[in-house]
Amino acid sequence: MAEINESIEKHQYDVVVIGAGGSGLRAAIAAHDAGAKTAIVTKSLLGKAHTVMAEGGIAAAMGNRWPEDNWEVHFRDTMRGGKMLNNWRMAQLHAQEAPERVQELEDWGALFDRTEDGLISQRDFGGHRYARLAHVGDRTGLEMIRTLQQRAVELGIDVFMECTITELFKDDAGAISGAFGYWRETGTFIAFEAPSVVLATGGIGKSFKVTSNSWEYTGDGHALALRAGAALINMEFVQFHPTGMVWPPSVKGLLVTESVRGDGGVLKNSEGKRFMFDYIPEFFKAETADTVEEADRWYDDKKNNRRPPELLPRDEVARAINSEIKAGRGSPHGGIYLDIASRRSPEFIHKRLPSMHHQFKELADVDITKEPMEIGPTCHYVMGGVEVDPDTELSGIKGLYAVGECSGGMHGSNRLGGNSLSDLIVFGKRAGEAAASYSSGVQTRASVDGELAAAEAAALAPFDPKGDENAYTIQADLQQTMNDLVGIIRNADELEASLKEIDKLKERAKHLKVEGARAYNPGWHLSIDIHNMLLVSECIAKAALARQESRGGHTRDDYPGPDPVWGSKNLVLTLNASGDGVELAEKPLPVMPDELKKFFEDK
Amino acid sequence: MAELKMRVWRGDDQGGALQDYSVEVSEGEVVLDAIHRLQATQAGDLAVRWNCKAGKCGSCSAEINGRPRLLCMTRLSDFEPGETITVTPVRTFPIVRDLVTDVSYNFEKASELPSVSLPPRDADGKRRMAQVDVERGQEFRKCIECFLCQNVCHVIRDHEDNKPAFAGPRFFLRYAELDMHPLDTHDRRELAQGAAGIGMCNITKCCTEVCPEGIKITDNAIIPMKERVVDKKYDPLVWLGEKIGIRNKDTDGREAAPKKQGSPVKRPAGKA
Repeated sequence: MAEINESIEKHQYDVVVIGAGGSGLRAAIAAHDAGAKTAIVTKSLLGKAHTVMAEGGIAAAMGNRWPEDNWEVHFRDTMRGGKMLNNWRMAQLHAQEAPERVQELEDWGALFDRTEDGLISQRDFGGHRYARLAHVGDRTGLEMIRTLQQRAVELGIDVFMECTITELFKDDAGAISGAFGYWRETGTFIAFEAPSVVLATGGIGKSFKVTSNSWEYTGDGHALALRAGAALINMEFVQFHPTGMVWPPSVKGLLVTESVRGDGGVLKNSEGKRFMFDYIPEFFKAETADTVEEADRWYDDKKNNRRPPELLPRDEVARAINSEIKAGRGSPHGGIYLDIASRRSPEFIHKRLPSMHHQFKELADVDITKEPMEIGPTCHYVMGGVEVDPDTELSGIKGLYAVGECSGGMHGSNRLGGNSLSDLIVFGKRAGEAAASYSSGVQTRASVDGELAAAEAAALAPFDPKGDENAYTIQADLQQTMNDLVGIIRNADELEASLKEIDKLKERAKHLKVEGARAYNPGWHLSIDIHNMLLVSECIAKAALARQESRGGHTRDDYPGPDPVWGSKNLVLTLNASGDGVELAEKPLPVMPDELKKFFEDK
Repeated sequence: MAELKMRVWRGDDQGGALQDYSVEVSEGEVVLDAIHRLQATQAGDLAVRWNCKAGKCGSCSAEINGRPRLLCMTRLSDFEPGETITVTPVRTFPIVRDLVTDVSYNFEKASELPSVSLPPRDADGKRRMAQVDVERGQEFRKCIECFLCQNVCHVIRDHEDNKPAFAGPRFFLRYAELDMHPLDTHDRRELAQGAAGIGMCNITKCCTEVCPEGIKITDNAIIPMKERVVDKKYDPLVWLGEKIGIRNKDTDGREAAPKKQGSPVKRPAGKA
């Protein structure tokens, strides 16, 4: 079954986009529009990527609800939310271009909820000064992916579905020359010759036990980039969303949208106390309400009141929930309460949060219009990813671009809700255009024929009959390790222990055994993905051990506060010389120009 | 933990059979959890599609005790204690392996559908639509493309030969959504009748019954679309107007949408 040297299906393109979520589809559309022959390659069926799970909305300072809103305020909110570790230029481009990217979705058929004036409605979310998220109920991600999917199909862009890329190829000069992968359906191999590859593979959350992420989130793009010689930054920053379901066990980690809090929901402990007032950090004191009365007035009068503490950035809220649970004030199933039932009418909840109502009713027998939800933190998003040029999303490797969750820098140490969907379309477009432009200038296309045999042998290695390890078991052990030792609160001892565990798991993963044949065999697929998961997990643990401070999505109980020295540098990870692990280096943050610094001088 | 008896269809396009399994399950679990535990402990190569495990992506469609359902939204507590749960692939599409079918029919039909066509934006670069007007289309855009409606539709479930001329409920939904878009400028009625074959639907509502999103496919999309097609075909004033040339071919001043050809979705060149 594992014979080598079959003739391999081969295709030539100008731009190959790996991943068909929001950023991949937007990049492909942009590359196509720029005249490039473009392919989209996706592990899943078209329209199933993780973007469909995004709920709350797309952050864009369109000013439809609050004319005072503009890109400068959005830029400031984003940088402060990321505790100033963001790449300032990405945050600036993002804030400036998001409104037009959202309007563009509407041109292509998206049907957003409306204001009374018929404009695209915008809702409140944590860390955003004004109501800023364009939304469709609580299924905004589905609207985005369907709109982009329909646009890509309309344009006739080639789509390779259920096709997994396992390797990138480079030419003699070190530039990208193509990619290699397999069709999941048949287990046959496929090669692409292309001078540009755009990584749009999403995140890494499947390495954690309690996660809101789907099976696809195995860090493929992160690992492909490392192996191609590119660098990752910000990998220590993993966002634990404050509100995931905690019961039943089968759905533990499943996302409960931040819109519940944006629309008036509050967090309470087992004593019925709205505890977030006890957790307002100095950094956000000036802009956060310190009484229940002021917080409740804010929903209707934003000018004269400050934001409720439930709408602090996600890292703050997740830590607070974690502390309450640890202090013994949790709910019966180990979470805390998220209550909208006592605060909004059933009609309002049905209208604004239909998916949440459906999800709790179907999966937990809870009617959220009548009773509070039990929730707790869940691994949701990785801020870290491929280090890219802010304007073009080009990595350190010629022809290799990265966008969306698998790129790094935009969100600094913590991402604001709603800034992910806007990130996808802003930088997707930029990367697609840059990749198309670069490819049009590459006159001679390198052949990848010399690379195929090795790539094929590597992909078939798990069929080696000498192996005795089960990839599912290694995955479960990794998830437990990351959850226990590299979770929401970290310390040096546990991080060191996690690196030892990861090393052991890497050793075991050299001896995998796959049952069955090559056609649609999930055991084989996982046997390939598991190496990516182990590599990115090592990046996270190593960077988390090195950064001796607490900032955003990285909390050390042995270094509980932020440190300005650490606040001036990134940690950069690259593949080591032997190719079996990663190396870490420090690098100064890009310095923000003075005309942008002024936004942070007033309180 | 309790033991669950399961029968799962294993095989490929050459044939297959139900296989018996016994698997540990715990409180609050769904059928997909049991399938995953089978994969992890007894059948590493058991083929099943899934992504979100939250009823949002529509990947894990299958037939559970003969009923088309999402594996991730079917709770084990819906069944009697001790009951054997039988899981088979959806029937209308060709088998790939185990619970995975070849759903490329749906992507072909999607590519034949002309997309939205809007006039220029307002002078300030924005568009205006009333909430009440977008809500009709929004109901249809809740569709997660699980294709369960396609699976149960008699026109294609039992009649393979109808597939080339019939787009199916999921795409009638899309026709209706575009037709009801407050700003769209195209008229898709001829396409809905001709290329998509909406006339073949005999409104048995099977599609509506299985929709996990609760979309009223038949009442809110197919029947109104059928009525609009009929209006165009049989309205004597429209007929007369077209004959004597005082009306455009399109009754609403909208331009007839062109049929599109050819799916851009690629398939594997061969087998391993």
